[in-house]
Amino acid sequence: MKLTREEVQQVALLARLRLTPEEEVRLTEQLDSILGYMDKLNQIDTADVEPFSHAVNIENTLREDRVTNQPNADALLANAPDRDATFFKVPKIIE
Amino acid sequence: MTLAQLTLHEASDKLRKREISSVELTEAVFQRIADTDDKIRAYLILARDAALERAKRADEKLKQGTDPAPLLGIPIALKDNFLTKGLRTTCASKILGDFMPPYDATTVEKVLAAGAVITGKTNLDEFAMGSSAENSAFFPTRNPWNLERIPGGSSGGAAAAVAADECIAALGTDTGGSIRQPAACCGIVGLKPTYGRVSRYGIIAFASSMDQVGPMTKDVRDSALLLEAIAGRDPGDSTSADLTVPRYSEMLTGEIKGLRLGIPKEYFVSGMQPEVEQAVRGAIGELEKHGAIIEEISLPHTEYAVAVYYIVATAEASSNLARYDGMRYGRRAAAKDLTETYMISRDEGFGAEVKRRIMLGTYALSAGYYDAYYLKAQRVRTLIKRDFDAAFQRCDVILTPTAPTTAFKLGEKTQDPL
Repeated sequence: MKLTREEVQQVALLARLRLTPEEEVRLTEQLDSILGYMDKLNQIDTADVEPFSHAVNIENTLREDRVTNQPNADALLANAPDRDATFFKVPKIIE
Repeated sequence: MTLAQLTLHEASDKLRKREISSVELTEAVFQRIADTDDKIRAYLILARDAALERAKRADEKLKQGTDPAPLLGIPIALKDNFLTKGLRTTCASKILGDFMPPYDATTVEKVLAAGAVITGKTNLDEFAMGSSAENSAFFPTRNPWNLERIPGGSSGGAAAAVAADECIAALGTDTGGSIRQPAACCGIVGLKPTYGRVSRYGIIAFASSMDQVGPMTKDVRDSALLLEAIAGRDPGDSTSADLTVPRYSEMLTGEIKGLRLGIPKEYFVSGMQPEVEQAVRGAIGELEKHGAIIEEISLPHTEYAVAVYYIVATAEASSNLARYDGMRYGRRAAAKDLTETYMISRDEGFGAEVKRRIMLGTYALSAGYYDAYYLKAQRVRTLIKRDFDAAFQRCDVILTPTAPTTAFKLGEKTQDPL
């Protein structure tokens, strides 16, 4: 096994995903088998190979710092699970 | 024969000649949907009223007759990961709830500006993760040719809708085959354009270094016409290429004499369905007869492609999907504190496949494993790219089967996490 259940719990916390105990067990097995498959990449010596960064060479794209979109606060706030006038209402963030 | 069976260019010709109206064409498409979609279930959301309204406006423009765009009055379906202003967008996930996009994706803006009629939003694997459309949080779509079989995925709804004449053409997205494979399963034309050719602004992101928008159509000419309409530089997507868009439709001369076709030997492997190999070899023979030069080539790192794809795509997805936190839009669960709100909202909102990929991607990017998985995959990806660069020195086109098998049965492969 490459992966332990404790590691799965840790990754789930990093990913902000609640898992049931059954999911933890199942995901440990499934991810372990997937990672086993990934091991085939170690057959290749890549010591002198640059990691890929982009399919095509792209320069930094700059633009003038100018507002181009129309303000549309109502449409944006319409999707909020909870709001107060023109604010998103969220759970307490700082204790 | 119903008008819904027309290709885009046939319908466009008839509209220009005023043999048919866009309202008649749109009505025929919605009649076809009414007759077939309870079995196929290609659509998640229909937009009949808005479509007929647009069709009416298209007819007025057609009456004026001043060189209409090829898309004017044409009913087009959109995969439900395109943001559509005022038309609900789900990405086939529960986490988006009743999300109503406040703006249109650039590609949607473009087809609307060209006068297209949006029929609705088609089903997909949740967040475009899958190759059968079975991972939709709502229901699976079925292959119109055989209802026991999958339509492919993730753009399975779009492919099924095109194949069943439930639209004239569709737009899908492709990250690791999500246009091409369902197109193959449903017997239509699907095109993943070169990265950078089409703007992704307003497309719900899955793996940003690979996501592309592309046409799904009844024939090649339709794909050319649709790509002309959506391609080009967009300030909203800094990765879109600042290159002139060729008139693809004018390049379809039928002349292929001297075209160099590379056939990568690694794509003809054991486990391939004999009929698929036979069909592809048949097509190669046909092209050779028309003057193409066939050359066997090698893409030596092919066997590593799936592993590389799986690491890179899940890593990018885990990052892209971090935005679904239930704060500004989408589903928010009741919980005792902030962290628990995130965790429960995401648990309830995401399906099993999406969770599995977020977990794998988070693992591959996490401290201690980043070098072994993510960086290793990106190094091998460089080698894969070099294979293609070398191949394109020798040939103009690389010809391969799209998938090793024809469409499999629903439920047949749901147990295999890879």
